[in-house]
Amino acid sequence: MLSEAQPCECYDLGMTRVYMDHNATTPLAEAVADRMMTVLREEFGNPSSVHHFGQRAKAVVDEARSAVAELIGGDPSEVIFTSGGTESDNFALRGAADALEPSGRRQLISSGIEHEAVLNTLKALARRGWQTTLVPVGATGLITAEALTASLTDQTAVVSIMHANNEIGTVQPVAELTRLAKARGAVVHTDAVQTAGKIPVNVKALGVDLLSISAHKFYGPKGVGALWVRRGLRLLPFMTGGKQERGRRSGTENVAAIAGMGVAARLAMAKMAEEASRLAALRNRLEQRILQAVPGTAINGDPDTRVPNTTNISFDRVEAESLLIALDLEGVAVSTGSACSSGTLEPSHVLKAMGLPAHRTQNSIRFSLGTANTEAEVDHVAAVLPRVVDKLRSLTRTPVRG
Amino acid sequence: MRIVVAMSGGVDSSVAAAVLAAEGHDVIGLSMQLYDQSGTQAFGSCCTLDDLHDARRVAAAIGFPHYILNFERQFQQTVVANFVGEYVAGRTPIPCAHCNSDLKFSTLVERAQGLGADRVATGHYARVEQAPDHRWRLRRGVDPDKDQSYFLFSLTQEQLARAAFPIGALTKTEVRAHARALNLRVAEKPDSQEICFVPDGDYASFVERQAPASVKAGTVADESGRALARHAGVHRFTIGQRKGLGVSSQAPLYVLRIDADSGQVTVGPRGSLERRALTASQVNWTAADVPSEWRAVTAQIRHRHRPAAGRVRALPDQRAEFESDEPLSAVTPGQAAVFYDGDIVLGGGWIDSSS
Repeated sequence: MLSEAQPCECYDLGMTRVYMDHNATTPLAEAVADRMMTVLREEFGNPSSVHHFGQRAKAVVDEARSAVAELIGGDPSEVIFTSGGTESDNFALRGAADALEPSGRRQLISSGIEHEAVLNTLKALARRGWQTTLVPVGATGLITAEALTASLTDQTAVVSIMHANNEIGTVQPVAELTRLAKARGAVVHTDAVQTAGKIPVNVKALGVDLLSISAHKFYGPKGVGALWVRRGLRLLPFMTGGKQERGRRSGTENVAAIAGMGVAARLAMAKMAEEASRLAALRNRLEQRILQAVPGTAINGDPDTRVPNTTNISFDRVEAESLLIALDLEGVAVSTGSACSSGTLEPSHVLKAMGLPAHRTQNSIRFSLGTANTEAEVDHVAAVLPRVVDKLRSLTRTPVRG
Repeated sequence: MRIVVAMSGGVDSSVAAAVLAAEGHDVIGLSMQLYDQSGTQAFGSCCTLDDLHDARRVAAAIGFPHYILNFERQFQQTVVANFVGEYVAGRTPIPCAHCNSDLKFSTLVERAQGLGADRVATGHYARVEQAPDHRWRLRRGVDPDKDQSYFLFSLTQEQLARAAFPIGALTKTEVRAHARALNLRVAEKPDSQEICFVPDGDYASFVERQAPASVKAGTVADESGRALARHAGVHRFTIGQRKGLGVSSQAPLYVLRIDADSGQVTVGPRGSLERRALTASQVNWTAADVPSEWRAVTAQIRHRHRPAAGRVRALPDQRAEFESDEPLSAVTPGQAAVFYDGDIVLGGGWIDSSS
C-alpha cells in the first residue's frame, strides 16, 4: 500500500502571512541554521570521548557554553544545557527541593502567573508533601515586595518568580524580591525564558541562584535550553546516567542544538539594545492603532515594565478562540496566551490571577513581535482587525439550551 | 465558497472535506473537543485524541487549515445534561440528534459565520436540497444501511440552509473507496458504534456518576401492579428491554412502561409492547406545511427501525399524533418519531406517549 500523501501547502499559496507570536517560538536565525548544519554534518563526535572527534565536539559545546554564560552574565561552568525551558524549570525546582529536604524547610513559594512548567511542578512537589504558596499579583501582573514578604517564613526553601510573564510581558522586580527571599535563607529561582535575548539578563544583578532560559525564544532551535546554577549551590540531579554536564544532567549532549543556542545567544547580545527599542516602537504603534480602530479594547499588563515585544489586548464581546482562528485565516498569526494552553477554553490563569473579570480573561489576544516584523506589517494587522472583530461581534449568540 | 467541515477524524467527515476541496471550495476543518481528554474525569477515556490526530493528518494531506474548538462547556450544558436528565426521567434519549441541532448546526454554525463561512458540512449520510417552493428539505442518504436523516430531523429551515452533506449521495462502500483513492489513512477506520462520551457503553454508570443525587431506587412490577423486584433506578431501563430486570420468569418479560415519579418499572410479555399510536412533542415540520388534517406518511421511531405506514396530524403546542397501520413495537419516550414522504423528511418530534 502506498504511504499517505505528504502534507501540502496548497492553502498557503498567495497569502501574505504575518507572524506575531514570537513568545511562543521564533524562527531560526540564518546564521544559527548554518552553524547547526555544519555541526550536524561535520562534528559527529561524542563530547565525552577522549579522542580527536570527541574533542572537536567538546569544543563546539564549550564555545556555546561561553556564549550562553555571557548572555546572562554568569560563568561557563555554571551553565547546564537542558532540553529547554520546561526541563530547566523542573530541574531547578525539583533539584533544589530535593537538596533542601534534609534542612527541614518545607515551603515552596511562587506566583499565580508562572508558566505551567513551574506551576505544575509545584503541584507535583505538593503531592510529595511540600507546602506551596502562590503570592498574589496586582492588577498589572506585578508582584510587590509586601506581597512576597507576607508569604516568606523561616520554613521557605525555594522561591521561584518568573522574570517576565509570557502572556502579558510584565517584568517582575526580581532583584528586589530575591534580596527579601535570600534574607530569609531561601534558594531563589527565576524563569527568564521570556527575557533572555530580549532585554538584559544578568544573574549577578538579579542575585538569583537558579535561572532558566530556552533557545527557541531567541531565534535558536527548539529542544535546547539551559539552567544557570550559582556555583556552590547544591542541586540534586534530575536526570541520572553517564554524568555529562558535570554529573548534573546526564545524557549525550545535543551538540548541534547547543551550538545553535550559542550562536543565537551571540546574535542576541550583538543587537539587543537596538532591537529592543525598535520592537518597543512597533509594539506601541500596534497598540495605539488597535485601541483607536477597535472600540471595546483594553491592554492587559503593566505599561511601565514590560518586555518590549509583547502586548496583550482584550476585545469585548469576542471569543478569543474565534478571533485567533479568524485572524489566522487572514494570515495573521497570534495567540491567546501560552501556546501550551491553546485548545483549552480555560480562561487565562495569568489574567485570572491578576483579578480581571471573567469576560476579559476569555477574550484576550497576545501579539508578540520579533525580528522580521515591520511597520508595514503592524499597519496591516491594525487594518485587518476592525473588520474581523466587527464580523465576530455582529453574530448574535444563541443562548445555550439546558 | 468558504465552507467549514466538522471533522470527527472518521472516514465520513474526512471524505466530506475531500469532496468539497476537490470541488474547489475554500475548506476549513474544525474539530470539536467535547469532553475532558485526560481520561481522569468522569467521562473515562476514549479514542478522541487519536481522532483529532487523524483529522489533522487528513487536513494536512489534502491541504486545508484545521482547528480544534473547545466546546466542552456547551456540550456538557446541552447534550450531556439532556442525556442524563432524560434517563433520570425514565426516557431514552438520542444525544446525537441534540448534538446536531444544538451544537453542530447552532454554535458551530455561528463560529463558522464568524470565520466568513456560509455553510457547515458534516459527514452525515443525508441529503439537503432546495425544493421547487424554495424550501430546504432533508432527504435520506442514498445508502439505506447508513442513512442518518433520522438524527437530523430537528434542523430548522435556517439550519438546513446552512448545512451541507457532501457524502449523502454516496454509499459507505463508495466513501471508503474514495478515501483509499486519496490515500487517506482513515480509509479503513471502523465505524464508531457507541455514544462518543460513553465509550464503554455503560450508560447507567455514566448517569450515576453525573447525577448521583437524582438516582433513586424503585420497584419492578407486573401489569397488575404486583411488585416483582427492587431496582436501583429508572435510568437503568429502556422500553422493550429484556435483560437485567432482576426478575425470574418462565416466559420472557419486557419493560413496558417507566414511571419516573413513582419509580415503578412495569414489565410484561412481548405482546404487551405493541402500540398503534403515539404522540410527539416539539415537532419540527421541516419540509412540510403543518398538517392540520390527517396526512399519509411513514414513521420511523428509532434509528434502524423499518418505517411504518400510517397517518399523522398536528396537535396544538407543537405536538403531533401518529396512527400506525401496523403494530409498533417498543415505542420509547425520548426517542424521535420522524415522518417521511418517501425519502423526504417531513418533520419529526420527541416521543411522549403511546397507546
